[in-house]
Amino acid sequence: MPALGAEMDAGTLVRWLVKAGDRVATGDIVAEVETDKATVQVEVFEAGVIESLLVPEGERVPVGTPLARVKAATDISAVPVSPTARRLVTVGNDAAATTATREPAGPAATVHATPTARRLAQELRIDLGGVLGTGVGGVITRADVEGVARAPSQPVAAGRLLASPFARRIARDRGIDISAVQGTGPAGAVIAADIAREESRARPAPATTPLLAAATRTDARRRAIAAAMERSKREIPHYYLGATVDMTNALDWLARENAKRPVSGRILYAALLMKAVALAARELPELNGYWVDGSFRQSAAVHLGVAISLREGGLVAPAIHDADRMDPGQLMAALRDLAARARAGSLRSSEMSDPTITVTNLGEQGVETVFPIIFAPQVAIVGFGRIVERPWAVKGMLSVSPVITASLAADHRSSDGHRGGLFLRAIERFLMEPESLCRTT
Amino acid sequence: MTASKIATRTTYRDALREAIREALHADERVFLMGEDVGRYGGCYAVSKGLLEEFGPERIRDTPLSESAFVGAGIGAALNGMRPIVEIMTVNFSLLALDQIVNNAATILHMSGGQYNVPIVIRMPTGAGRQVAAQHSHSLEGWYAHIPGIRVVAPATVPDVRGMLWTAIENPDPVLMFEHAALYNMEDDLAEDAAPVDLDRAAVRRVGSDISLITYGGTLGKTAEAAEQLARDGIEAEVIDLRSLRPLDTETIVASVAKTHRAVIVDEGWRSGSISAEISARIVERCFYELDAPVGRVCTVEVPIPYAKHLEERALPQVAGIVAAANRAVTGGG
Amino acid sequence: MTIQSAVHSGPSAAHGLTLFREMLGIRRFEEKCAELYSVGKIRGFLHLYVGEEAVAVGVTQALTPEDAVVSTYREHGHALARGVAAGPILAEMYGKVEGCSRGRGGSMHIFDASKRFVGGNAIVGGGLPLAVGMALADKLRGIERVTACFFGEGAVAEGEFHESMNLAALWSLPVLFCCENNLYAMGTALARSESQTDIALKAANYEIPAWPVDGMDVEAVEHLAHHAAESVRAGGGPCFLELRTYRFRAHSMYDPELYREKSEVEEWKKRDPIANFVSILRERGHADEAIIADVESEVARMVEQAVAFAEAGTLEPEEELERFVLSEVGQ
Repeated sequence: MPALGAEMDAGTLVRWLVKAGDRVATGDIVAEVETDKATVQVEVFEAGVIESLLVPEGERVPVGTPLARVKAATDISAVPVSPTARRLVTVGNDAAATTATREPAGPAATVHATPTARRLAQELRIDLGGVLGTGVGGVITRADVEGVARAPSQPVAAGRLLASPFARRIARDRGIDISAVQGTGPAGAVIAADIAREESRARPAPATTPLLAAATRTDARRRAIAAAMERSKREIPHYYLGATVDMTNALDWLARENAKRPVSGRILYAALLMKAVALAARELPELNGYWVDGSFRQSAAVHLGVAISLREGGLVAPAIHDADRMDPGQLMAALRDLAARARAGSLRSSEMSDPTITVTNLGEQGVETVFPIIFAPQVAIVGFGRIVERPWAVKGMLSVSPVITASLAADHRSSDGHRGGLFLRAIERFLMEPESLCRTT
Repeated sequence: MTASKIATRTTYRDALREAIREALHADERVFLMGEDVGRYGGCYAVSKGLLEEFGPERIRDTPLSESAFVGAGIGAALNGMRPIVEIMTVNFSLLALDQIVNNAATILHMSGGQYNVPIVIRMPTGAGRQVAAQHSHSLEGWYAHIPGIRVVAPATVPDVRGMLWTAIENPDPVLMFEHAALYNMEDDLAEDAAPVDLDRAAVRRVGSDISLITYGGTLGKTAEAAEQLARDGIEAEVIDLRSLRPLDTETIVASVAKTHRAVIVDEGWRSGSISAEISARIVERCFYELDAPVGRVCTVEVPIPYAKHLEERALPQVAGIVAAANRAVTGGG
Repeated sequence: MTIQSAVHSGPSAAHGLTLFREMLGIRRFEEKCAELYSVGKIRGFLHLYVGEEAVAVGVTQALTPEDAVVSTYREHGHALARGVAAGPILAEMYGKVEGCSRGRGGSMHIFDASKRFVGGNAIVGGGLPLAVGMALADKLRGIERVTACFFGEGAVAEGEFHESMNLAALWSLPVLFCCENNLYAMGTALARSESQTDIALKAANYEIPAWPVDGMDVEAVEHLAHHAAESVRAGGGPCFLELRTYRFRAHSMYDPELYREKSEVEEWKKRDPIANFVSILRERGHADEAIIADVESEVARMVEQAVAFAEAGTLEPEEELERFVLSEVGQ
């Protein structure tokens, strides 16, 4: 049972997505686990074959409890796909077939894919026949399916997402991941009623309905968040710094960038803010890491936590891994993806556990300055308010500029005001020279 | 033009006759011409009694020469008159197609604006009375294809009364299609019924779940279908197009943008019909609002058969409209 | 060009010269059109009236400015004889906005409301019902005037011809039907398309007074047209003229004339209405070389001016494309 957050002591294994004998690759989702905060997908970090499942579905176990035994694959390139292995995969296919509700049409029996890859392909309505497998013996892994899902120019085979234009529009407007919605229209197309149903499912139902369990879960989430915030405030000596940054250059740069991009690929200024924080975190590493057991553990990588508010109330702050190595376009895409999955409840465990520093952007809510609370065990959190037009002096001349207030709340045990100040100055520097945000090394 | 005092409750036929009478009284340029409009009183009794009142010059019986008397109507319109030409049914209008399409529709344009053609051509249309293939066409959608003419299809008593006045006053050719099943329709008509416009659609029933779009003879069935759907919790908006050329695209678009689903009911045959044009316009303007394909309920593509059960099966019926609406509500077409 | 009523008793020199000038004007205009078409200034269909000038000029002598003329696609001669100015006619063929119909119609659709010239018609027989209707309107309005309707003998095969004859006669309408029988409906000879080739007889069968006349003899045409038009104008119902004529050129500019012998054309050219009438004028002493030369140069100037007018014309702005579909006043 992985640790999926600082507060987590135990988790309930809700569902196994593999069984004994299944072949898995690194990164495959093998189970769903419920914590106080969310339902999270659990990845496996080695390649091999599931030997046995140790914890049954529905059981709540402490963090650290072994969940399954995996027999690691030996030399990958030398392992031929033996007839036995092929048969195993086929057995896996059949199992997948019996649990699947909508198997994509195609020669399923001859396609070698891991069960998790198969499940994901089914959810995303991707035809496995068109996916190149990079796993052991050419087996299609989850990562391969994800790669296909991400590539926009990939000719999509028979498994297109069917949805009415209206359903797509309202799903987009309401931040709902349409690919996760079960469609009841012809050929399984998603129609508006399905989006509405999805929304009311996510929203807590009135207490008198059988959805009491969901309501209880929501309450539990809120309690967990409350506990975390309380602990942060109690244990972490926060100090606060603020800086007002002239966003003229950044917005001009953004406008020019977006003019070159299709509508679907446009970058919001939030991505620039995030990149600036990630780069600043590299420069001031004492703000990027964890305070654990009385000392600071610096993180080599910058995994930027992004605070996302959930529809049913509450907050999550999952990580964008290696945010400092993404260009603004990639960061934008990652942010969109994360927000959609956060709201759909399909975040990965690594995303929950890995942030090394967090950003909270409350510009949409209309505030000018944020005084955030650090997500323990991190040591810093950066808040941004909305961009406002203010009188501004540039080289001694008075003009009007769009400015934003960046605020740093940091753990005084790992950094002080001087370092914090440098951190904010770095953010300012990056935002005023937006070309610098394109660095990916 | 002052409104005459007529009985409050009247039929489509009587209201139309009154409108013709009014026009003949008010404007000496108006005359009625067609087969059996005089002595016979009109094939559908629309002009009954008018010969006695206005005489044979102004209520003019013609030989069976559709091309010549429609062309003569056009010529008379070129020369200062405001003729109402009655073609016995749309089926016979095919004999006058050359005059309508090559003369009436084009002379304003070909003369660079020097001559306009203020003619009204009225025709009964539609099927449902077991009169078989050559007497059962609904070709108003065909005519709506032609620039240079106006095509209207009054479906209510106030409309047939009010549209005729406006059509006569209009400087351009107006083709008025009267579904034969409507002549006996009864409704209330205001004492001071006024001329009405020729180019707006009317929302006959307000709804939020689906737009049912139709005209003329199928308005009644569509309204009935809407009532049935309401009993199942589906609130349909019913649009009476009133004018097929020009089509009131704005009213259609506003409705579909609101309801996100549309079914068009058209007594023409599907292929290349006016319902296809409406569907295309809806897709052009409301694509991102659509929750289901635009549905169409049209006549089955067969020459209209004589046998009652076959004719009923061929034509749009209430059950078919309800089924199409239900399909649309579940995302289907 | 002016229209002058002929004096019935004895041909006057002035009138004779008028007839000559008008026919020559049409001839030279049509020849110029052929030239302009060959260099691409005129496009589409072009149907020339060369050889038939006596018909248009002769009949028009019998019409007053209050009368109306409905014509066909071979209409340049009728339009010019009616007084429609040559410049706007040519500009129309150039597709210029200064043309009779703003360039919207072309050669086959010349309209001029000021001359009550109600258009050519590209549909054979398509104008007959219109003429019937115009005459009906005059009758209903109690206005004594004639609607002249020109059409070729090809139209007698169309149903609209028969319907129109019947209607005009039945209602006793003031139509002067002028059938220009040039023996060929495009490439189909009359004898191959009509069981009864006596066209005047066909009209007579509708109880319409009908006469055949030599369409190459301008004075004969004029004489008969007066007679018929007087009858129509006086309320005697429709009359029908079968004007036997011949076109020296092809049906239209695209026609290779495979359907008739060159020798036949040459035979008919000997009966050239203009050449023959000039001879008559000479014989009468009403024309000599100088006078003829004068008329030629006058006509040449007219044609030149028409060409200049058309060349100088402008194109209707494309933004105006959708005008004239429906009336712009009081829609």
